[in-house]
Amino acid sequence: MGGYILKRLLSAIPVLLGITVIVFLIMAMIPGDPATAILGSYATPENVERLNRHLGLDEPLWRQYFIWLGNLVQGDFGRSFALNRPVLDEILDRFSATLVLAGTAFVLCSLLGIVAGVVSAARQYGLADKAITFVVILGISVPSFFLGMMMILFFAVQLRWFPVSGMYSIWGGGDLPDLIRHLTMPALALSVVATGVIARLSRGAMLEVLRQDFVRTARAKGVHERRVIWGHALRAAMVGIIPVLGIQAGFVLSGAVYIEMVFQWPGVGRMLVDGILKRDILLVQGGVVFIAACYVGFNIIVDVAQAWLDPRIKT
Amino acid sequence: MSLFLRLLFRNKLAGFGAVVLGVIVLLALLTPILPLHLPNETNTANRFLRPMSEGHLLGTDHLGRDLLSRLMWGTRLSLAVGFAAALVAGLLGAAIGVMAGYFGGRTDNVTMRGVDMLMAFPYILLALAIVAVLGPGLLNALIAVAVVNIPFFARNIRGVTVGIAHREFIDAAKLAGMGHTRILLTEVVPNIVPVVVIAMSTTIGWMILETAGLSFLGLGSQPPQADLGSMLGEARSALITAPHTSIVPGVMILLIVMSVNLLGDGIRDALDPRLRSGALARPMATTRVERAEAPAPKGEGLLRIDDLETQFHVGSRIYKAVNKVSLDLKPGECLGLIGESGSGKSVTALSVMGLVASPPGVITGGAVRLEGRDLIGAPYEVLRSLRGRKVAYIFQDPLSTLHPLYHIGDQLIEAIRVHEHVTHAQAHERAVKLLEDVRIPNAGARAKAYPHELSGGMRQRVGIAMALANDPDIIIADEPTTALDVTVQAQILALLSDLRRDRGLAILFITHDFGVVGQLCDRVAVMYGGRIVEAGDTAEVLAAPAHPYTKRLIACVPELGGGRRELAAIPGLPPAVDDLPAGCAFAPRCDKAQTACRADEIDLTGDTHKVRCLYPEGAS
Repeated sequence: MGGYILKRLLSAIPVLLGITVIVFLIMAMIPGDPATAILGSYATPENVERLNRHLGLDEPLWRQYFIWLGNLVQGDFGRSFALNRPVLDEILDRFSATLVLAGTAFVLCSLLGIVAGVVSAARQYGLADKAITFVVILGISVPSFFLGMMMILFFAVQLRWFPVSGMYSIWGGGDLPDLIRHLTMPALALSVVATGVIARLSRGAMLEVLRQDFVRTARAKGVHERRVIWGHALRAAMVGIIPVLGIQAGFVLSGAVYIEMVFQWPGVGRMLVDGILKRDILLVQGGVVFIAACYVGFNIIVDVAQAWLDPRIKT
Repeated sequence: MSLFLRLLFRNKLAGFGAVVLGVIVLLALLTPILPLHLPNETNTANRFLRPMSEGHLLGTDHLGRDLLSRLMWGTRLSLAVGFAAALVAGLLGAAIGVMAGYFGGRTDNVTMRGVDMLMAFPYILLALAIVAVLGPGLLNALIAVAVVNIPFFARNIRGVTVGIAHREFIDAAKLAGMGHTRILLTEVVPNIVPVVVIAMSTTIGWMILETAGLSFLGLGSQPPQADLGSMLGEARSALITAPHTSIVPGVMILLIVMSVNLLGDGIRDALDPRLRSGALARPMATTRVERAEAPAPKGEGLLRIDDLETQFHVGSRIYKAVNKVSLDLKPGECLGLIGESGSGKSVTALSVMGLVASPPGVITGGAVRLEGRDLIGAPYEVLRSLRGRKVAYIFQDPLSTLHPLYHIGDQLIEAIRVHEHVTHAQAHERAVKLLEDVRIPNAGARAKAYPHELSGGMRQRVGIAMALANDPDIIIADEPTTALDVTVQAQILALLSDLRRDRGLAILFITHDFGVVGQLCDRVAVMYGGRIVEAGDTAEVLAAPAHPYTKRLIACVPELGGGRRELAAIPGLPPAVDDLPAGCAFAPRCDKAQTACRADEIDLTGDTHKVRCLYPEGAS
């Protein structure tokens, strides 16, 4: 197992390098002069040239990349000109909020999706299956930002169950119950699409597994049907479900952008959108690399979980 | 094609999706000629009019613009952008995929590495990065969404192309001297077009959603021009005071995406042969029973099967897999049930404990009595408590019948603990003992092995140990040695024979091999086409087979040391049990068949040695 983890960690290095190359190339395609963008159109040519030299922009592209990469590795993501602070500080400040939101949504969609999928498969063509299938179709078709707005309208404005937006109350908030009250709606809204996708896939995986011989063996042993479904069959189906969880984690992480906008959640997603609108390139660049790297890391965890779950993967 | 459309519309949801999407697309196309207000005509005096206001069916927005008009124009724009993005992504992705798949080698390697890198990004993030570079704007959002989806298409199409590139007709085209371009255009592309279309139809909903999302963030269409996403984005600030301005475009996005998804699913399902044949149905916990009345018991016995009828109902077809089969098993006895594949012997055996997969299996008649108690239609909990405790099964291929992800020891422990209240430690001790009983060396350590780490013979020993776990009265062994090589087969048979003697087990032994029956069984019953055609003491049947089929089956067994002799295969195939001929089912393959054989049903006659034949062997 240890060897497998190490191997998987090493294999992430080229992927991470590839990500930095892609992001760097995309950003390098920006038309116009970054220094002009920062200093504004009234800047003197001397100032523009000085800033260019300061930022290393007079170097050839490949050297710029390596300088940038070297800085990244040392934790220097550059400085946001709009916020006038180091990009990494800003990312780290906001990332915890995104992590709380996306993490909760991910746990929700995994649990709800798998449970719904298993129930749906166990009651194939029954009432529960039809109801779940209907909800799943709605779930994967609704834009999360629209769902979030409707939730605000209904649960926050009409019923007053939850606060309209934000992460903590401005007065007297800050504790865990306060966070949970603020978190419930955005986490649910963010998890809905992924829940639908996972439920649908889990149902398919379960139907495949339930036809296999070892399920019949378990029944022939006299194992309770509940345990046949939730133990034997689900355990085997997880081998097919886990990779989908990994993919959906990416959707949840990046889908947080919309939800953070709707619910005024102080996360990285809103930072990125603000950065794009203000043309704060270094901030966007750093944020994208940071989130993509997190996603790569998460996928390693998924692969390790997969290997732990399926002893036949031992390479 | 007409079959495809019929299947598509038999799926009601897909039909619903097609209709809704059709109406929306039609309205979007007609928008310029419909009698609507101008979408950008502002009238701040009439801002936030409610729906059903005079002159404004859906009300007005924060600038007093007519919502219905904006909705229609926005829908038009959103649809156009979504379709365009799907088209661009589909074409570029397919082109990349075809190149990589067709040329293979380094082209393939380099391209696919790049695709993998792009797929390592969370989806929307990459689109954001691209918009960051290009700047906000609808066209840029379209480009971003299309680019982000290219890897998905490239990977799919590459897979399909690799499959095609190695087919004979491509080689033939190359040998005929055709250039790469011509081969690609005339041979490869026509074959992948359907795949591209399907992939587009399933992703177009996503693309519409994603472009709407970017517009919602203010990165897509810029005012005053509005697609559905930016309408929602603009309405957000008035969400609480004028919710209809948000609900109208939001519901429209939902409708479009849902109808596209329903239609896409329908298309995919209509093209999936497995769904068509119902092969994805899940088997229930017990076999379905549709029995009018239990027949009266014909006698005593530990296990009595009387006139059992088990059928498979697939669509309108009925396969009579087991047709009025009667068997009985006394304590400590070994009964062989023999026949070719498809003769119904396994289905008979599985029917005993309600393990026939259902759907499609249905038990339509007869009785299975264990110690006098009828099990057909018995409540699930009764069957479950008997399974493994009174009647245990050994199955054919232990690699697929043991759970691949559990230690074999844990599978044994589970078998013990479902029926007995013992601690885990006690159960573990007994599991190791069971493994020793079936002569697995180093049993304590082997208990921690997974099935795939054992040899075929070892796995079958585990299967036997599991059947023995609760000291059952009866073991039903369904071809337990078929998947094994001959020496291992002999060891397993010897083991079963010993266990039977030591424990007084009754065994129902299913096989297609008379050699095995001769070694192990006291009595034998021969099945053909879902019926018993001959039954009697093993020695008697082997010495003087009465049914021509039995005789031919015995002639199939090679005799060790018996010298060179021609093995007599039986010509023809076993009958299809959904369309059995009248009279004897074996008549079409029988060289002694007469007209009378094909007329009426033939009874099973005889006292201890029974046969279902008008002209039995040996009688003149």
